[in-house]
Amino acid sequence: MTEERHTVRLHVNGHVYDAAVPARRLLSDALRHDLGLTGTHVGCEHGVCGACTVLLDGRPVRSCLILAVSVDGQEVTTVEGLTNEDGSLGPVQQAFLECHGLQCGFCTPGFLTTITAGLRDNPTPTHEEARDMIAGNLCRCTGYQNIVKAVERASVLQRAQRAKDATVVEEGAHRPSRDQVTEAGT
Amino acid sequence: MKPAPFAYHRPGSVADAVAALAGDAGAKVLAGGQSLVPLLSMRLAAPSALVDINGIPGLDTIEVDTASSGGGVRIGALARHADVLASEDVRRVQPLVSLALANVAHATIRNRGTTVGSLVHADAAAEMPVVLSLLGGSIDVEGPGGRRTIPADELYVGPLESSVHHDELAVSAFFPALAPGAGVAFEEIARRHGDYALVGVAALVDGDSVRAGFLSVSDVPTVVDLTGVADDDLGDAALEHLEPAGGIHSDIHATAAYRAQLVRVLTRRVVLAARVSRQARQPKGVAR
Repeated sequence: MTEERHTVRLHVNGHVYDAAVPARRLLSDALRHDLGLTGTHVGCEHGVCGACTVLLDGRPVRSCLILAVSVDGQEVTTVEGLTNEDGSLGPVQQAFLECHGLQCGFCTPGFLTTITAGLRDNPTPTHEEARDMIAGNLCRCTGYQNIVKAVERASVLQRAQRAKDATVVEEGAHRPSRDQVTEAGT
Repeated sequence: MKPAPFAYHRPGSVADAVAALAGDAGAKVLAGGQSLVPLLSMRLAAPSALVDINGIPGLDTIEVDTASSGGGVRIGALARHADVLASEDVRRVQPLVSLALANVAHATIRNRGTTVGSLVHADAAAEMPVVLSLLGGSIDVEGPGGRRTIPADELYVGPLESSVHHDELAVSAFFPALAPGAGVAFEEIARRHGDYALVGVAALVDGDSVRAGFLSVSDVPTVVDLTGVADDDLGDAALEHLEPAGGIHSDIHATAAYRAQLVRVLTRRVVLAARVSRQARQPKGVAR
C-alpha cells in the first residue's frame, strides 16, 4: 500500500517550498529530508532536548513535535535563516562564536533559534532571565556557562546593531527627502 | 522512532471535526500535539486517523467574565498555554490558572501546547487537570448529539482516561473565578525545571474552607478537603486521604516514601502560601 501524500506549502526563511509528504512526516524531518535544510538537528525526537527548535510564525517550537501537514502555509525560521542579510553571522551566532558557546555544535541550532526569539521578547535579560531563556535546551558539552554568557553578549551585539541600523535608517530617511527637494527644484 | 501511518483530516468546522471523529472509532484529535506526537513517535499510540483541529476558526479564544457570581475564565480548544499564561485578565480573575501554567513544561512547549488539550489528555502528572478539579471547573464537549458540559469531578476516570467520548470534541474549558477574599497557591518539585513534577500541590483557601489538589501522586488528579486541620498536621492529613485513595505510587523517578515526604512538606507550604495570597488580595478586593 502506498501511503497517501499531502501537499504542504512551507515558508521557510523567506523562501516558499512545496512538498508532498505523508501525514506522519514530522516537521523536523520535512525540513531535513524533503527540503534539504539540515541545519535543524534531531536529538531526542520526543520534545526533551530542544535541538530541533525552530520558529513557527516567530515563536519557538519543537519541530519534532509538530506534523508538517499541520503547519501548511505557515512561516518557519530555521538556523539557516538567522544570518544577517549579507550572509554574515547574526548577533546570536556571533555571540556564540565569541563566547565559545559551543563545542560539538549538535545542540546549537536549537539554542540559536530559542535565544533569537527570547531576545526579541526580552532584549535586555538579567542573568537569571538569560538562564531561564535556555532552560528548555540541553547541551552535553559546555556546562552552559558560556551559553549563558553568549545570551548576554548577543543582547549587547543586538543593541549595538539596532543602534547602528537606526542611524542608517535616519540617514536613509533624510536622503530621499533631499532628493525630493532636488526633484521638486528641477 | 517515527509515527505509524494514519489517515489525516483537517476539518474547517467543529461539526466537520465531530463527523470525522464519529466516522472512525480509532481517530484521535490533534490540537497542540505536545503530548500526542511523542506518543505517536514512540508508537505508544497508533490511531487510525488524526482529526487536526488547527484549521478551525474561532477556537483560540480566551474570555474572562467578571460577574460577581458565575464568573470565570473560558478557554477555547486552540488557545495555547503561552497565550493563556500571558493574559493579564486570566491572572486577575483566576490566578491559580496562571500560577500552574508557568510550571507546564518549557516555554517552547507552551507555545504550541493547548490548555484544553492538556485537560482532556487526562495525565495525572499534568498541572492543569488538578487545577480544573480543585476549582470545580468544567469542559464543554460537542458530539453528534450536540453540546454537553462535563464537570471536572466527572471528567477523570483513570490514568490518561477521561469521560469524553471518542466522537466528542472538547471545545472549551471553564475555570471559575477566584472569590473575593479567597487565596490560591501552587508549587511542584521536579528533577529539572520544566520536567514532569515528582509531586505538585495546588491549594485553594476560601473562608474556613481549605482544599488541596495533588498531581503526580495518584493515577488521577486528586483533591483533598483539609478544612479545620491544624497547620502542623496538614501534610499528614493529606497523606491519610491520599494513601487509601489508590495509593501513592513508586516509579523510576521517585519512591512512594519520597513522594509521601514531598506531599507532607509541600501541602503545608502551599496552604500557608495560599493564606498569604488571600491576605495580599484583601485590601484591593473591591477593585475586582
